[in-house]
Amino acid sequence: MNAISRLWDSDLFWSFRTTPTAVVSAVVALICIVGAIGAPGLAPYNPFDLASLDLMDAFNPPFFMEEGSLAHPFGTDDQGRDMLSAIMYGARVSLFVGVSATAFALLLGVLVGLIAGYAGGAVDAVLMRIADIQLTFPSILVALMVDGVARAALPREMHDHLALYVVIFAIGVSDWPRFARTVRGSTLVERNKEYVLAARVIGITPARIMLTHVLPNVLGPLLVLATLNLGLAILSEATLSFLGVGVPPTQPSLGTLIRIGNDFLFSGEWWITIFPGLALVAMVLSVNLLGDWLRDALNPRLR
Amino acid sequence: MFAFILSRIVQSVPVMLAVALIAFVLFSFVGDPIATMLGQEFTPEQRDALVAALGLDQSIPVQFIRFVGNALRGEFGLSYRLSRPVADLIVERAPATLELAFCASLVALAVGVPMGVYTGLYRRSWISRAFLTFSLIGVSLPTFLIGILLILVFSVWLSWLPSFGRGDTVQLGWWSTGLLTASGLKALVLPSITLGLFQLTLIMRLVRSEMLEVLRSDYVKFARARGLRDRSIHFGHALRNTLVPVITIVGLQLGSIIAFSIVTETVFQWPGMGLLFIQSVSSADIPVMAAYLLLIAAIFVTINLLVDLLYYAVDPRLRAGRGH
Amino acid sequence: MAALLEVRDLVVEFPTRRGTLRALDRVSFDIAPGEVLGVVGESGAGKSMTGAAIIGLLEPPGRVAGGSISLRGQRIDNLPPREMRKIRGKRIGAIFQDPLTTLNPLYTVGRQLTETMRTHLGIDAAEARRRAIGWLEMVGIPAASERIDAYPHQFSGGMRQRVVIALALCAEPEMVVADEPTTALDVSIQAQVIALLKRLTREKGTSVMLITHDMGVIAETADRVAVMYAGRVAEIGPVRSVVKAAAHPYSAGLMASIPPLTHKVDHLPQIDGAMPRLNAIPTGCAYNPRCPHVFDRCRVERPELIDAPETKAACWLFDSHAPRERSHV
Repeated sequence: MNAISRLWDSDLFWSFRTTPTAVVSAVVALICIVGAIGAPGLAPYNPFDLASLDLMDAFNPPFFMEEGSLAHPFGTDDQGRDMLSAIMYGARVSLFVGVSATAFALLLGVLVGLIAGYAGGAVDAVLMRIADIQLTFPSILVALMVDGVARAALPREMHDHLALYVVIFAIGVSDWPRFARTVRGSTLVERNKEYVLAARVIGITPARIMLTHVLPNVLGPLLVLATLNLGLAILSEATLSFLGVGVPPTQPSLGTLIRIGNDFLFSGEWWITIFPGLALVAMVLSVNLLGDWLRDALNPRLR
Repeated sequence: MFAFILSRIVQSVPVMLAVALIAFVLFSFVGDPIATMLGQEFTPEQRDALVAALGLDQSIPVQFIRFVGNALRGEFGLSYRLSRPVADLIVERAPATLELAFCASLVALAVGVPMGVYTGLYRRSWISRAFLTFSLIGVSLPTFLIGILLILVFSVWLSWLPSFGRGDTVQLGWWSTGLLTASGLKALVLPSITLGLFQLTLIMRLVRSEMLEVLRSDYVKFARARGLRDRSIHFGHALRNTLVPVITIVGLQLGSIIAFSIVTETVFQWPGMGLLFIQSVSSADIPVMAAYLLLIAAIFVTINLLVDLLYYAVDPRLRAGRGH
Repeated sequence: MAALLEVRDLVVEFPTRRGTLRALDRVSFDIAPGEVLGVVGESGAGKSMTGAAIIGLLEPPGRVAGGSISLRGQRIDNLPPREMRKIRGKRIGAIFQDPLTTLNPLYTVGRQLTETMRTHLGIDAAEARRRAIGWLEMVGIPAASERIDAYPHQFSGGMRQRVVIALALCAEPEMVVADEPTTALDVSIQAQVIALLKRLTREKGTSVMLITHDMGVIAETADRVAVMYAGRVAEIGPVRSVVKAAAHPYSAGLMASIPPLTHKVDHLPQIDGAMPRLNAIPTGCAYNPRCPHVFDRCRVERPELIDAPETKAACWLFDSHAPRERSHV
């Protein structure tokens, strides 16, 4: 109870309560996350259960149109699949890939940043030069490249099997440099402080110094970066899947749904592509707004 | 001036070499080019002949030097997928992408800069707030979704504009242009907006924040204290100083437009390099991927150089010589 | 002689989330034609704020919330922006602190001079250029006809401040607000720049409001001095009287802390405590918590400027009779 009231009184939470955008975004993000994670329990239908599909239900429009019904509020696709359920399951895949890729980028970036900042010299120069070069290219291009290489390097069956992880790896690898830069900067600052020198003298290992002294100093900026990066990673995944090189068709994400729905755009069944699109935008926009708010509230020196 | 350009060129050599190395590694070690080129069945003699022909029996540094030499001559071998020289494929597709990128940049700059200036000058007006909200949505909307929405509204519902292809093109030597026919121009509208919108919002936000920064500067305050007209303060003193840092970032953004065109070209089935690249990725066509990677890097380096030159022209502090 | 500039009970307020801050609280003073008024005080006392209010360039959300500013009898604190713009530069010039940042780095000094003159004087480009060269010569830029096409970064700090002075004076204003004109300069050239400002304004008969915390500059340049404290005028009077015989305990403390040039001292007296923050100004006299002569009335009632022996001071020590009417200087 004490902890909760302390949280309620904290500056961060005060800023949250008094920023309507932040509250609304948090609510939308929460709905998206709960809907996505809880899809197996909450979704009205199971879109993967072929037995439940009825072609008689195909191309039902959303509930607010004529011939629409509340049985399928967002309509159905060409096979009679309920769009709402498909979106919830799709969001689950999108969220999983986004979170995993961000976590991967975060770990890689923190590790590289700590090593570069602590080792300094040539190691630092080489690592940061790599980061610079990679930052020159749009991350979606890097992700595409990594994905393409994985496709060429792995045998076909193996790639199909691993496709989800290949996408996570590709997106994570394309996003690490910003984390590395932030961590490196703070490491450089901390490294020369006297307490670090003192700790070194009494024989505490560099790894321990990094974890106990340097990392806590960058948690704020890292949290902001990670939040903003989550939005970007979800978008990257959707883009890859839309291009047809993302997650495997057996595990459709929102991007996959949009790509499939795109084929029906001209025959008038716009809802098959637009509703997954709206879900994607709601998810990304709310996460981005939360990230923006967090950045302003914590006010770390971010570019 | 000459020394300046030279030093910039020298600086970009390591970047290009690093990218070339990645492309080379892709080209030589990923997948099995021999198997890909000879198909399922081949004799050991055929294999050895091809190994020798491709120079794969030589040491790796020698192979790399050969690769760079070939790349400089525009030779990237045959596409696995189409069995045609990669260079031909790219030259064929380049005009479509470059024209699209050019029009998209035009949209982004012609709309983004004025919007940024306006929102910087009239921070509190409701139009500025509307612009800012719009830009936030623009940043969160994935490019392909923007394309789909535009197609839905302008092609499907209103039937005003075509939704795929380049329309009629005119051949000017090896360059095929869509800028000279009515259908070509109409076909450019939706893809250009789709591709330019994201950069537009970025440019707008960038110009706005720089503008706000400059308006707070001492020299703008001093210009006001001298009683200069608002017009000459805003569009002379402030805008010019805003543009100095903006040029750099905008230059890089325009470079990434070419890379981002992959998505737009897919949505609009635009027959450019991006579509070629995405088809290569899905079929693991390594030579095309390697060539595309090098090409994009070359474009980025060139744009960087142009940006530096422009910077040099705008900011007198970089120009030495005059005065004392 | 009628005053050139009259500031009466000027109040400047800043609305903030936690209430309105009063940055200037009923500030009053006059500047006569050709006169140099020095304004001194600690940082945050409201010196620069007063200057900004006079040229109509308060930083938003700051605003004039009361009182008046008049130039030759005409109210200028409530003019529409368009009218005020015609006064800035043309009738009231301004000199800012840091010459490294006050000049636009992308325009030649000649362009900055000619645009100022052409805006206010309605002269053609050739004439403006001719006069610009003349001004650069007047402020002591060597080879002016060549340097006119140079960019600010090609000048040293002292030379740049000379250009700024030329810019402030080139439309021949009746007065100049000079806000710490030498603080950012090298000590060795401060005297030259002040001497230049003094000479030019005397030749042209321009009044100067010289904001500074450098008492040496004031003693040498000003005719009269206003001492500011916590957004109020503590004392105002002829420069000799304020320096030699300050009446207000704060001014007296301020003057005592100036190192004498004639002999060495072991340590300088200093005033204990710090100036209150704007959101915590005590009732009564703002100086009462630090004042060595404080008595009950100081904690309750705010003193207005009262006739002291040689100056006017906002201090109850000089109130010989019962509370009297407000007096202006």
